[in-house]
Amino acid sequence: MTSLSPPKDRIWWNEPIERSELIWITIVFLWGLVMTFMMPFWHVVGNQNLSTETYRTTPERFMQKTQAFVDEYTVRNEGPRQYPVVKPPPGGDVYMVARLWDFWPIIELTKGETYRFHLSSLDWQHGFSLQPANINIQVLPKYEHVVSFTPNKSGEYSVICNEYCGIGHHLMIGKIIVVE
Amino acid sequence: MSQQFRICPDTGLKLYQPAETMIKVHAVAAVVCLLVGGIYGLLVGLTRWPAVHLLPADWFYLALTGHGLNVLIFWCIFFEIALLYFASSVLLGCRLAVPRFAWVGFALMVIGVLMNNYIVMSGEASVMMTSYAPMEAHPLFYLSLILFAVGALVGCFVFFGTLVIAKEEKTYEGSVPLVTFGAITAAIIAVFTIISGAIILIPTLLWSLGFLAEIDALMYRLIWWAFGHSSQQINVAAHITVWYAIASIVFGAKPMSEKVSRMAFFMYILFLQLASVHHLLVDPGVSSEFKMFNTSYAMYLAVMASMVHGLTVPGSIESAQRAKGFNSGLFEWLRRAPWGNPTFSGMFISLVGFGFLGGISGVTMGVEQINILVHNTLYVPGHFHATVVIGTTLAFMALTYWLVPVIFRRELIWKRLASWQPYLFGLGMAGVSVFLMGAGTLGVPRRHWDITFSTTGGIVHEFPAAANTLLALSGLSVLLAVLGGAIFCLIIVGSLLFGRKLGVDEKSSTFIIASPPSDADYEGIGKGGIAVPGTLVMAIVFFVAFAVYYFINWKYLAQTWGIS
Ligand code: HEM
Ligand SMILES: [Cu+2]
Ligand SMILES: [Cu+2]
Repeated sequence: MTSLSPPKDRIWWNEPIERSELIWITIVFLWGLVMTFMMPFWHVVGNQNLSTETYRTTPERFMQKTQAFVDEYTVRNEGPRQYPVVKPPPGGDVYMVARLWDFWPIIELTKGETYRFHLSSLDWQHGFSLQPANINIQVLPKYEHVVSFTPNKSGEYSVICNEYCGIGHHLMIGKIIVVE
Repeated sequence: MSQQFRICPDTGLKLYQPAETMIKVHAVAAVVCLLVGGIYGLLVGLTRWPAVHLLPADWFYLALTGHGLNVLIFWCIFFEIALLYFASSVLLGCRLAVPRFAWVGFALMVIGVLMNNYIVMSGEASVMMTSYAPMEAHPLFYLSLILFAVGALVGCFVFFGTLVIAKEEKTYEGSVPLVTFGAITAAIIAVFTIISGAIILIPTLLWSLGFLAEIDALMYRLIWWAFGHSSQQINVAAHITVWYAIASIVFGAKPMSEKVSRMAFFMYILFLQLASVHHLLVDPGVSSEFKMFNTSYAMYLAVMASMVHGLTVPGSIESAQRAKGFNSGLFEWLRRAPWGNPTFSGMFISLVGFGFLGGISGVTMGVEQINILVHNTLYVPGHFHATVVIGTTLAFMALTYWLVPVIFRRELIWKRLASWQPYLFGLGMAGVSVFLMGAGTLGVPRRHWDITFSTTGGIVHEFPAAANTLLALSGLSVLLAVLGGAIFCLIIVGSLLFGRKLGVDEKSSTFIIASPPSDADYEGIGKGGIAVPGTLVMAIVFFVAFAVYYFINWKYLAQTWGIS
């Protein structure tokens, strides 16, 4: 009798279970419970949870909101592309557009403050990957995703696209500056 | 007995000629796809090695699309259909249901593969295998995948039909063998997979033809992953089935207990295929409650099942070895295993690599919050090169070495080289997997042509220097893995063309099958009332590694920005 031939007993489900199997099944089951517990537990005690607050939107509506945000809070222009650097008040809303192929505008935040980021795409799917903080969030067209961020270190951060979005995918990059 | 049957001189299995033919054609098609996909893999791997950066951007994305499809979809599924025919017609010693349909299924799959490779090479479908809408490919791209899937579905139904025939003609007694049971699991999941695939690909095809105005991005992801995720569960169920088969082939091993192994397969059907939301953990529009529910209720039970197989497969080997007299110490049974037999070494490397590298990383990144750290970074391909390459691909390679004399009736050529191949491939892939995961931990994105951002003409980002080192190490490992993969293809194709033909009643000169130990041999094996102490110790080492790695990642998560 092997695994290649029918079981010896017709009623195979009455066979005894080997002791090491029982020990292992017990360990594995308890471990499954621990892991199941950890996720809701982190929602209670942890500081890194996505709220998954989402609204339906359209590229036009989202672009309008972002433009209004840029018009209100731009403090200067920067870089070879002269992108607006936008400094929203602490606790305020931040709009960032993902489009073929950049993230717009540049955002300036203050360390330790919390901001409500609104993320959406104007065209295809993109990936918001904040480096080196290593925060990765999917960005979809027609969905406005609201995520609150509290930067805990000052410095220059890049937002790189890590969802393949066509031939210019590797050109797609944006910036967030965190000041003290 | 009809003349279409023959008795295998080595194994005593009763083989039905049309089933053998179908196994052969599917296995050959599989190896061809592996070869094509492997060449793409080499090009992709060399491009992601920063010092080499081989391909221009458009070719890179084209090659990556071709790589994913040829190896992940075509190689695996062709081989799995061969496996289904083996587990039904060959193991149950019965005829194959409607061989004509089996041919139709095969033809559809071949047309799908040719069409797909044509349209990808033409450059009009560089959309990656996930083809996330609203990014659009040429309609032939979706059509080719639909044709391939329908062909595979036909294969599944021929398999189910064969089971019915075996039952009606009473070619076996009692329940089906465990290996057949595992194959049934894979086939049931395959049917679910293909239906999900149809639900998403048919509207997408219509949309690409202009008959539908829009495909919602989130809806696409949700249904696509019901398909994409469960297709991976076909692979898992299939390669675990192969592990059990090889344990029986090489050691005459029997399942430690039929009940545990079969329940573990059954849990895959109940839980695994539904647990696809771990691909959407950082998506908008999917609630946290659903994400947690789907990954824990639906996933950890399936993870449990895999961990159980992870014990029972080596456990069945250990008890068979102990029954044969290798009963001293904890690991004599393992030391005295035939490490020079690629069927065994391939299977064992597959088992260890799948568990330690693929399993631990997969469950850890499948945690709702930890996923934020690695989603869409190179960590993800790092993880699945351990599961689907070391796990599935190497297990299939190991079985192929055995199928050459048994089904193709040819002696294997270059046996010495063959005995090295699983080590080369396994080591190379372990390197690819670990180094990609390392780079991913540092934030390096997947599917990305230029992480120096030298052509953005604006903002640039500099990754830590260690990322470049890791990518270079991954590049070196790519060379090793590709060498191992090329040797496999060479040996198999070479053996089929030039290997010595075996006569009808001639036994192969290589070792083919072990005779199972008797019940009396099994008495009193092991230590202190535990039949498989060595395996249990390995399992506990695995568990400790798992738990440590799991909590290290929580700690790592706690260090980043606050997110709410
Ligand atoms: C010969 C060896 C192989 C090498 C050198 C190799 C290398 C690679 C590399 C470097 C990537 C790219 C990562 C990125 O830029 O995102 C990749 C992607 C991938 N590989 Fe492999 N691989 C090999 C074999 C395989 C096999 C056998 C399978 C499946 C059975 C596989 C499945 C995949 C998949 C599904 C992707 C992702 C494609 C995508 O992002 O759409 N690979 N591989
Ligand atoms: Cu993008
Ligand atoms: Cu992109």
